[in-house]
Amino acid sequence: MIDADPDPTTPDDSTAERRQKIAAQFIAMIPHARALGMTVTEVGAGTATVSMPYDDRLIGDPKTGVIAGGAVSALMDTCCGAAVIAHPTQALGTATIDLRIDYMRPATPGQGITARATCYHVTRSVAFVRATAHDDDAGNPVACATGAFTLERPRPKS
Amino acid sequence: MSRRPDPVQVVKQRRDEALRALVDGVPYIRFLGIHFDRRGDELTGILPYDDMLIGNPTLPALHGGVTAAFLEVTSVITLRWATQWDAVEAGEDVATDRMPKTIDFTVDYLRSGLPRDAYARARITRSGRRYASVHVEGWQDNRQRPFAQATGHFVMPQHG
Repeated sequence: MIDADPDPTTPDDSTAERRQKIAAQFIAMIPHARALGMTVTEVGAGTATVSMPYDDRLIGDPKTGVIAGGAVSALMDTCCGAAVIAHPTQALGTATIDLRIDYMRPATPGQGITARATCYHVTRSVAFVRATAHDDDAGNPVACATGAFTLERPRPKS
Repeated sequence: MSRRPDPVQVVKQRRDEALRALVDGVPYIRFLGIHFDRRGDELTGILPYDDMLIGNPTLPALHGGVTAAFLEVTSVITLRWATQWDAVEAGEDVATDRMPKTIDFTVDYLRSGLPRDAYARARITRSGRRYASVHVEGWQDNRQRPFAQATGHFVMPQHG
């Protein structure tokens, strides 16, 4: 669960500026994202790209050195949440309702993982998100994710 | 005439050592601080609270990715534990066995994860030679009010 900004900016802030602000604040605000060394590398209108460096502490199979599926889940969840917050509806916060992850291949040991998420549809209270993750071989994804997230809309001005 | 069963302490020690060897060898399980409680062959995953597991500091709530990871780790360990049980009972060395590989994992977030210890138990709903299906539930203060549940599919390691 993520809050976009404890002190939401006024709606007349330029959207690009707001997104840049989110990118800067996003990781610093989430202790677990920080623990995994995640960085937001791109934020667009309902899209986000988040990278996570390779780390020996995240190995899931000691015989191969492959990163644990759980760490990829944490990256996917963070990236999807960021895409929801970056959506033009200017959501105040979001929480995961459900998230499915397909593991297509083991990530190559020693390489960081980058996830890119798109919030492709929103209703009044729900955001639908897709994401893919890859290592240095960008054309060959390691995992895909699909999820539904809550959408906390800003209160209309009276 | 049947063989006299091993003394209870010998049996317990053998099982606990096999479980420790399985869990302690995985860096990511250590990173999250997960350990397992064993009652006979039944395992309960325990995730002790830590500040670095937080995803929303204002609520505060556990990170959704942590919840997913905890449920997946519990599923994988439960699966591997079940498949190696007979070998452990027979006193065989299972250290070289491979981990099941996750095909997909779907998490249902039922309520927000509170900033305290979490528990999880997995049930193997189908265990074939090649594929397995697992359902797992996570809870905190109240067993009757799970905060997350998940289903996953796994490819089982092939022997020889």
